[in-house]
Amino acid sequence: MYSPDQETMHPSRRRELQLERLRWSVRHAYENNAFYRQKFQAAGCGPDQLRSLDDLRRIPFLTKEEMRAQAPYGLFAVPLKEVVRLHASSGTTGNSTVAGYTRNDIDLWATLMARTIASAGGGAEDVLQVAYGYGLFTGGLGAHYGGEKIGATVIPASGGNTERQLALIRDFGTTMLACTPSYAINMADYAARNLPGFDFRKTRLRAGIFGAEPWTEGMRQEIETRMGIDAFDIYGLSEVIGPGVACECSAKRGLHVFEDLFLVETIDPGTGEVLPEGSQGELVYTSLTKECCPVIRYRSRDISRLYRDSCTCGRTLLKMDKVYGRSDDMLVIRGVNVFPSQVEAVIMQVEGVEPHYEIVVDRHGALDDVEVRVEVAEAIFSDELKVMTALSEHLAARMRAVLGISAKITLVEPEAIARSTGKAKRVIDRRTL
Amino acid sequence: MNIPQLSVFLENKPGHLQNVLRVLAEHAVNIKFFTIAEVKDFGILRMIVDKPQEAHAALKAAHFACSLANVIAVSMDDTPGTLLRLVEAFARRNLNIEYMYAFTDRHGAHSITIFRFEDPEAATRALEEEGYRILKWMAPGELQT
Repeated sequence: MYSPDQETMHPSRRRELQLERLRWSVRHAYENNAFYRQKFQAAGCGPDQLRSLDDLRRIPFLTKEEMRAQAPYGLFAVPLKEVVRLHASSGTTGNSTVAGYTRNDIDLWATLMARTIASAGGGAEDVLQVAYGYGLFTGGLGAHYGGEKIGATVIPASGGNTERQLALIRDFGTTMLACTPSYAINMADYAARNLPGFDFRKTRLRAGIFGAEPWTEGMRQEIETRMGIDAFDIYGLSEVIGPGVACECSAKRGLHVFEDLFLVETIDPGTGEVLPEGSQGELVYTSLTKECCPVIRYRSRDISRLYRDSCTCGRTLLKMDKVYGRSDDMLVIRGVNVFPSQVEAVIMQVEGVEPHYEIVVDRHGALDDVEVRVEVAEAIFSDELKVMTALSEHLAARMRAVLGISAKITLVEPEAIARSTGKAKRVIDRRTL
Repeated sequence: MNIPQLSVFLENKPGHLQNVLRVLAEHAVNIKFFTIAEVKDFGILRMIVDKPQEAHAALKAAHFACSLANVIAVSMDDTPGTLLRLVEAFARRNLNIEYMYAFTDRHGAHSITIFRFEDPEAATRALEEEGYRILKWMAPGELQT
């Protein structure tokens, strides 16, 4: 554990710490940022009203739209001369959001990432290959600074150039890999197809920290089997700080949320009502110690579930399920809500199917048509038509049974679906609404 | 007795067959027998070629889903009723044919029928019992009695 005192703190002691920090964070936002001040005043609330953690509910939500509208500097609570770094979200659905970091913020973030590396069993002896993109995206530099913080030997490989990534793993003795889960699969595919002598089990690679996109247990098993490693899920949002907000531990059952630094609530995405722990809903984040961009009740659009258990790792931190998906990615198909990750879970239950798929949604007349395109890997190819048609029928039946949607399954040739070195694009929505 | 047959998964779209054939041509693979079984969206291309291992490796390297499977080839007189009698012999033994395709050989006097069986050993026994001529695989890609 990197911060054992914080990670194993008694929950009641932690609540006191959270309240103390929350008061500071809300006051900091109120006093040093005009947007927050006006917003809080308009809602008739302020830092003086925070007597308990529940009083946070008086404060209005911060939406992604507001963040975009305030870009680049409208949410900063320190003068620019104190800001040492800027990052921006990919902005795929409009303008990007911008995040600034003070020196302390960078250190906070590095600490979070050091905690996640430790949580995945890593430390100073490790050689960490960071294959997330370096740049405005938070993945690369986030993992990099965390790796250095914990004293690991960091290889700043950045994303892409798969052959070189594999050569680095082999020649530099990489022990831990940080990238998106889809890129890890991409690497395993590349090695299997193009480098016949390459055997992950003969390298020193033993663990991977994979995040930046929702993924499933099936994909974890696939990565673990093919690379011979332990695969851990890491979670974060560039709007909140970047990767490192939550991470799996050795138990691989749920992600620990670093709640001494971020308060998380679950809300009903439709009504905004706060839901009790254990309910599925949209996660809402409040930063407790961030200086440049305090985030107060940010609606993440990520759908998951928060709960507490007594984890075998000894951490007393709140847990969250693997994120099911972003509410933006949620497909509403003939009135049924479906996340791409659920489609993936169904596909990955079939032995031999690889996680190369895409979901095409189109509208014919008044009805939505869903097509799930699945690549025929060598392991599932048969020269008998009946075996192949049975496979697509089985997948369609599982989609119906598990997700309640009638999807047309199309089997496609290997590599028919575009590979990604970063976040995989799983959904093509052709509906014009 | 077993004849190596190369099978390839193909999407039912323009240009896809061409991609397979180009790989085979580039590796100087000669196709002896060729058939496609298809459903709406995809097909399975089945071939007997002169260099099956090499063709299989080349297609795999070009990222096609493909496999080599053993099939049985039978030579018969090219006359009415011969295929019926053969199929009757299988039916009597309750042997299921997965799929089959047939050609007339170059000289026209015989036909060659290629079978894929659930149970190839039982099928081979049946053919021998009935006195059929099972063809042997003779590289490069010739089938002979």
